Amino acid sequence: MGYPHPIHPKETPVLSTHFGDAGARTFDGWTSRGGYVALKKALTMTPEQIVDEVKASGLRGRGGAGFPTGLKWSFMPKEDGKVHYLCCNADESEPGTFKDREIIRWTPHALIEGCAIGALAIRAEVAYIYIRGEYTEPCTILQRAVDEAYAAGALGANAFGSGKRLEVIVHRGAGAYICGEETALMNSLEGRRGNPRIKPPFPAVAGLFGLPTTINNVETLAAVPHILNRGAAWYAGLMLGNPKSTGTKLISVCGHVQRPGTYEITLGLPMKELIFDACGGMLPGRTLKAVIPGGSSVPIMTPEEVETCVTDYEGIAAAGSLLGSGGMIVMDDTTDMVYQIMRLARFYAHESCAQCTNCREGTGWTTRILERIVRGEGKPSDLDLLMDLAENMTGKTICVLSDSCATPVVSGIQKFRSEFEAYLSGARAPVLVGV
Amino acid sequence: MSSHSAEVHAPVFVGATLAKLEALYPKYPTRMALLLPALWMVQEERGWVSDGAIHEVAEKLELTPAYIRGVITFYTMYHTHPVGRHFIQVCTTSPCNICGAEAVARALLEHTGCGELGATSPDGRFTVMEVECLGACGFTTPMLIDDDFIEGVTVESVPALLARYP
Repeated sequence: MGYPHPIHPKETPVLSTHFGDAGARTFDGWTSRGGYVALKKALTMTPEQIVDEVKASGLRGRGGAGFPTGLKWSFMPKEDGKVHYLCCNADESEPGTFKDREIIRWTPHALIEGCAIGALAIRAEVAYIYIRGEYTEPCTILQRAVDEAYAAGALGANAFGSGKRLEVIVHRGAGAYICGEETALMNSLEGRRGNPRIKPPFPAVAGLFGLPTTINNVETLAAVPHILNRGAAWYAGLMLGNPKSTGTKLISVCGHVQRPGTYEITLGLPMKELIFDACGGMLPGRTLKAVIPGGSSVPIMTPEEVETCVTDYEGIAAAGSLLGSGGMIVMDDTTDMVYQIMRLARFYAHESCAQCTNCREGTGWTTRILERIVRGEGKPSDLDLLMDLAENMTGKTICVLSDSCATPVVSGIQKFRSEFEAYLSGARAPVLVGV
Repeated sequence: MSSHSAEVHAPVFVGATLAKLEALYPKYPTRMALLLPALWMVQEERGWVSDGAIHEVAEKLELTPAYIRGVITFYTMYHTHPVGRHFIQVCTTSPCNICGAEAVARALLEHTGCGELGATSPDGRFTVMEVECLGACGFTTPMLIDDDFIEGVTVESVPALLARYP
């Protein structure tokens, strides 16, 4: 549902069915709503059977990369005699993204169940849920639900009497965007600075504590019980013409729409139906100027690009951007694009871990150049300089934070160049930067 | 050395807090993995992480104080100096920014008497920080006061909200 709004006819509620229903938060409440049936079923299945079912569903990672989940699980070694780990990425730190928060707040047992099934699929006994430090209320709700699941025997040394050990441990972060990057997350969980690691080795070979590890997003894991309950064919059938993008996706829509919130759509829904029907469109008297469809790290789209775009992995890629995390930022004609791109650059400069030169220097330089443009002190050569910097920040670092900073700058200059030029020529009055 | 290093440190990890830390030992294969949880416990007990607390955590987890300082400074949520009785974190990144978050932040600075970001009000009641996203972008402007998550803050609602935190 379009939490906090009622279900819209354009939505397909699966994961979001119980958003807003506090009764679903308890173990008993979840069980009475069909919960934990999938976990009990998974406990009777082999890891291969679980992996095959999820592969057949077409489920792809919902954190941003869109990698096929079953395939990712199949990379985990078999019979290697080592301890395996599942990590659930609940860091949700990409600006514009607030969907996992609703899963955790309203249906914490769906996530616990998904973690337990995921652990079984990869031959792990322990799943860590790494939740961002700012999520105080979700963290409390999740920990309470985990405690309940242990008390009810769903988790522990003998999960549901199966003889199998399943542990779910909630681990709280402490404020760092980069810890949503999977290798940074593992370092943070180990008690280190959240610096991303060079790959290879990939986590399936040497991940958390140096052991084989799979990292999945909250929404991905929360979808798994539904797939086991209703079958891979049902899930694969949830699509609108594109068999590569199956299932439902939570899209958290924010910014200048009438009804911001978390909407659940069948992948393939036209973007303009999401924005103008489900979300109620623009505020009175305003017109659409730009959409950042997949969290702040993806290219900015123009209204023309939105017009024909379908909301799935391939559809948004064809329109020149990315589905990413499904954090959709909608901007209307009152938005100062230069100022907002400066704010995004500042965000990345603040969050750079500073391991790689191109990122450490590039995010800072980009921010300072954009700030001087906004202050009315820009130079005519600044746009070329920004584009040159962006090129040197893309594909040159351990992780993609640097690329993420370059992306809105490049797409912003390409698509909203006249707004930059207005600042540079003095046609637009300078503004003060910051609070 | 920081100006706070002359304090006499009363141990944090005694009684129930020690039991809470020790209950986590079997959940992780290394002691180092308990660093973030241990620092959270310190901050919950004392409001900030002092030099004495760093030494205590170092001893408990078999790490060095310098290592711990390196980790603490990576993260934004640990305080390495005392802050106001109520700690306010307000988001001003783009999704909130386009919906008026900077005006809310300015109103917070004005009504708390903090004057500037990161400063504590003269009465010791508040510290206001700007943060990079609270993950509640659809509910502008979101803020955290201590552990209370508050959505939909407006310039107008600031004074009444602050009144709830004496």
